[in-house]
Amino acid sequence: MGITDKGLVLACSAIGAGLALIAGIGPGVGQGIAAGHGAAAVGRNPGAKGDITSTMLLGQAVAETTGLYGLAIAFILLFANPLIGKL
Amino acid sequence: MIESAGQILYTTDWSYYNFAKGAEDKRKSILRSDSERLSVWEKGGKSVGAANLLASSGQDVDFFIHGVFSYELFGQTFWITTTHVAIAIVMLLIVIFAIAARITISHAKKYPTGFQNIVEMIVEMLDKMVESSMGPYAKKFRNYIGSIFIFIFLSNISGLFGLRPPTADYGVTLPLGLLTFGIIQYNNIKYNKFGAFTGLFKPLPFLFPINLIGEIATPFSLSLRLFGNVLSGTVMMSLIYTLLAKFAIGWPGFLHIYFDVFSGAIQTYVFCMLTMVYVTDKLPETE
Repeated sequence: MGITDKGLVLACSAIGAGLALIAGIGPGVGQGIAAGHGAAAVGRNPGAKGDITSTMLLGQAVAETTGLYGLAIAFILLFANPLIGKL
Repeated sequence: MIESAGQILYTTDWSYYNFAKGAEDKRKSILRSDSERLSVWEKGGKSVGAANLLASSGQDVDFFIHGVFSYELFGQTFWITTTHVAIAIVMLLIVIFAIAARITISHAKKYPTGFQNIVEMIVEMLDKMVESSMGPYAKKFRNYIGSIFIFIFLSNISGLFGLRPPTADYGVTLPLGLLTFGIIQYNNIKYNKFGAFTGLFKPLPFLFPINLIGEIATPFSLSLRLFGNVLSGTVMMSLIYTLLAKFAIGWPGFLHIYFDVFSGAIQTYVFCMLTMVYVTDKLPETE
């Protein structure tokens, strides 16, 4: 078989980048729950819509961080791969 | 079949996908690697037409930071990159706006019209935002928060005007995070005195390492959040413009509204809100 060491590392890095983005599941679920509760809160107290929206967005942005860590790993694997240098 | 796939992966020279590399340098390396790849394929004698098409269109995707020109200083080569240019344009806009606002406000009328209305609206909005979360301490922090709000917001939406957003460069967002970290720790030590250090041992003494990591992680999570959001928007837009070049007529404008304006405004708001939340956390309670 003609698979070289570098080819193997690159292929596995590409698979790893894809796997890293599984991290997107968590923030997706979390943001959905936050938005759902935000909608329920607005339904219960429409007067506080501004406060509820800003609190919801803040919480969602914090929840998004874990997904962005996964994205950062994927970008590193794809565009600044540290593993190739170790061959 | 597997053999040729392995060859394609091998001959794809990913090393020129480095961040912050000179544009000319990159162009040369693409040319060089293309000819090398062709020669490798010719030697292999296999038909890789479809793969070649895919690979070449993928290589046009360009959301990287390019060098504009380089200079030598103390024996080191430094690059003026597209980020610097974009920041200079954003700064120029802010300075022009500030001078215009200064002139307008110094001749302020009792019943504002036109430009004075806009300036007062912006200042009132920022003041209200700071006051809503910092209360009596708002006076001391609204200059800083207002400044970074305007800077980050203009940087984020600069993708609309064909610039590469400066906040899609970790070298811009990390200093913003470190500034916030400095302000947090300065106020922590100023108001809590020695309590700033004993606070790390607070609920239980053995939680010290976790508390320390929590303090140090703050600037990184702040800056990575902003960087990741803006970069993902930039990547999506460049993918659409290069891979769907023939179909990207008109409709990417709606994506620009989402990725640049909506996402940019939300992330700006979140950055400022989190800065205020972290700082207020260290200030003593009032009332």
